Amino acid sequence: MTTPPAPDAPLLLARGLGFSRNDEPVFGPLDFRLAPGEALLVLGGNGAGKTTLLRVLAGLLQASAGEVELSGRPVDRQHLARGSAYLGHLHGHKADLGALENLAFSQAIQGGGGPGIEAALAEVGLAGHEDTPARRLSAGQNKRLALARLRLQGAPLWLLDEPYANLDLDGIALVNRLIQGHVAEGGSVLLTTHGAYAAPPVPVRTLTLAAARSPA
Amino acid sequence: MSAPSLLAAARAQALRDLRLVWRRRGDAAQPLLFALMVVALFPLALGADPQQLARIAPGVLWVAVLLASLLTLDTLYRSDVEDGSLEQMLLAPVPLAWLLAVRVGVHWFTASLPLVVVTPLLAELLFLPADLLPVLMASLLLGTPLLSLMGAVVAALTVGIRRSGMLLALLALPLFLPVLVFGAGSVMAAAQGLPWIGALLLLGAGLALALVLAPLAAAAAIRIALN
Amino acid sequence: MNPVLLWFHQLGSPPVFDRFAARWVPVGFVLGLLTMAIGLYGALFVVPADYQQGDSFRILYIHVPAAWMSLFVYGLMAFYAVIALVWHIKLCEVLAMACAPIGALFTAVTLATGSIWGKPMWGTWWDWDPRLTSELVLLFLYLGVIGLNAAIEDRRAAARAAGFLAIVGVVLLPVIRYSVTWWNSLHQGATIKLFGESTMDASMTWPLWVMVLATKFWFVGSLLQRARADNLEREAGKDWARAAAGVER
Repeated sequence: MTTPPAPDAPLLLARGLGFSRNDEPVFGPLDFRLAPGEALLVLGGNGAGKTTLLRVLAGLLQASAGEVELSGRPVDRQHLARGSAYLGHLHGHKADLGALENLAFSQAIQGGGGPGIEAALAEVGLAGHEDTPARRLSAGQNKRLALARLRLQGAPLWLLDEPYANLDLDGIALVNRLIQGHVAEGGSVLLTTHGAYAAPPVPVRTLTLAAARSPA
Repeated sequence: MSAPSLLAAARAQALRDLRLVWRRRGDAAQPLLFALMVVALFPLALGADPQQLARIAPGVLWVAVLLASLLTLDTLYRSDVEDGSLEQMLLAPVPLAWLLAVRVGVHWFTASLPLVVVTPLLAELLFLPADLLPVLMASLLLGTPLLSLMGAVVAALTVGIRRSGMLLALLALPLFLPVLVFGAGSVMAAAQGLPWIGALLLLGAGLALALVLAPLAAAAAIRIALN
Repeated sequence: MNPVLLWFHQLGSPPVFDRFAARWVPVGFVLGLLTMAIGLYGALFVVPADYQQGDSFRILYIHVPAAWMSLFVYGLMAFYAVIALVWHIKLCEVLAMACAPIGALFTAVTLATGSIWGKPMWGTWWDWDPRLTSELVLLFLYLGVIGLNAAIEDRRAAARAAGFLAIVGVVLLPVIRYSVTWWNSLHQGATIKLFGESTMDASMTWPLWVMVLATKFWFVGSLLQRARADNLEREAGKDWARAAAGVER
C-alpha cells in the first residue's frame, strides 16, 4: 500500500452489479460498499452465486451489469490486480514445486509488499516445509500455503472464497488471526462462508445472496 | 504494492516452467520417441528402398515433427488450469500475454527444440541426401516456434474443455497447414534444384508476426474460454 | 436516433428477431427456389453445350456459386464473430454460429460438384487441384468451428470461443490459399487449370448469375431459420419463446 486512502472513501464500491450465465441471473443487481478496515461476509446457500460474485470482483469474470470501483476509480485489470488478492477454491500451486519455489514465483509475478517469504511461511505454520513439493502437502497445508501467498501480496482488499474450507481448528484460528491483522492494518476483507462453523473475529457486515431461481 | 518489472516476471516464469519440466524430465523424452516411431513406420510400411525413402524423407520428417509438437500442445495449459495457477497468472499485474509468451517459449525450448536437434539422426534413417539437411534444419528452426505459437492460441480456446486432445488436434491442423507446406516445400524445392529461400523467408515473416500476435491472441482466448 | 440504427438495435432483442425471422424465412426460401429453378433451367436446357467439354461443364453452374458462397459465408461468420466479441451482442453470436453449418454444406457441395466435374477431366474423382484442396481445408475450418461450438457447454462461451476461432481462420485463409497454390506449382509444374470460367461467352453466363442470386436468397432463408431456432432454444425459459413456439402452458 503506497498512499493511505482518504478516510471516508470506500475501498470497494459496487453499483447494480449483476452476473448472468446463459441469461439465467446468477446474482444481482447488488449494491454494496466496503470501507478500509471493514470485513464483509457474503452469505447464501449453495448455488446462490457467492463464488461467482467473488470471481467477478477479482476480475476473473466480467460482470453482466453494473460497475465496480476500487479506491474510487473504476476498475481496469491492472488496478484490480494491484489492489486485490483472491483466494479461490483451487490453491493455485504447482504440485511439483516446493513451497518456497511456489511462493517465490507468486511474489515475482504479483509484486510484493508484505513480509518476506520465509516469514510468511512461518506465519502460516509451514516453517520446515520450504522444500516439500506441494504434491506432498495435505489439503490443509496447501490452503495454508495459499494464505501465505495472500500475505505476501500485500494487497489492501482480500477476496476470500470459503477460506475455512479444508482447515483444522488451528487452521481456522490462523485464518482468523490473519483477517484480524489485515483489518487492523486498514485492509478490507470480503469473504464467503457457509457460516455454520467459523466466522471472523472482527465486526462484520453481512451481504446475503438469495438462492438461485429454480429453472422456469 | 509495487508491480514487478516485465523482465523479473519473465525470468520467474521461465524459471518456474524450466523447473517443472526438469522435475518431470522423463516425460520430456516422449515427443522424441514418438517422432522416432513415426519415422520408423514409413520404411516398415513402404519397404526400405533407399531411393524411395530419400524422396519422401523431407515430408515424412516434417510430418513427424509436426505431429509430435501437436501432441505436446495438450499439456501446455492443462495442469495450470487444474491447480488454479492459470487463475493466478490471470490476476497478476503483469500482462498475461507476456507470461504466455515466456511459457510458450519455454515449451518450444523443451518440447520442440529437442525434436529439431534429433532430426539429423532421423534423417539418416530415411536416407535424406546430406545437402538437403541444412535447408531442413533451417525450415524446422523457423517452423517449430511458429507451430508452438499458433498451437498455443488454439490450445487456449479449448482450455476449459475436458478430454480435448483430439479436438485440439483437429482445430490446429488446418492452421498448421501453411507452415507444413512452406517448411517441407522449401526442402522439396531444394531437392528439385528450385529456389527455396523464399519459402523460408515467408516462414520467418510468419514467425515475426506470430511472436507479437500469438501471445495476445492466446491471452484473449484464455479469457474467453475461462469466462 | 437514426431510424436505421434504431431498427438494428431493436432487432437485437430476441422476440423482435424471432418475428423478423419468422416473416422473412419463407421469403428467402421461396425466392431461392424460384431463382434456382430459372437458373437450373437455363443451365441445363437453354445454354448450348461447351465446344471443348460437352455437357459436363454444366455442373459449373452449381459449383461456382457454391464455391463463392463457401468463402462469402466464412467471411460473414468472422464478421459476426468480431461484432459479437467486441460489442457482446448476443444475436451476432447466434448468427455467427448459424453460418457455420450452412457454409460447411456449401463447401461440401463445392467439393462434390468439383469432383464430379473433374471425373471427365482428370479421369479420377480427385486431383490435388489447388482450388479444391483449399476448399477441403476450408471444410476442415468450418468443421472446427462447429466442433468447438458443440464442445463447450455454456452456449455463450461456446459461441465466443468458436467465433474467435473463425476470426483466426479468416485471417489465415489467404495464407492457406497462397500456400496451397505455391505447393501446387512446386509439385506439378505449370499445369493448365481446367476450371477457368472467365473465358465463357456472355450468352452462357446469365444462368450463373441467376444461380448466384439463388444461393444468396437460399442462404438468407437458411440463416434466419437456423438463427431463429437457436434463438428460441436459448430463450426457452421465457414466456414469449413458449408462445412463439406454440407450446401450451
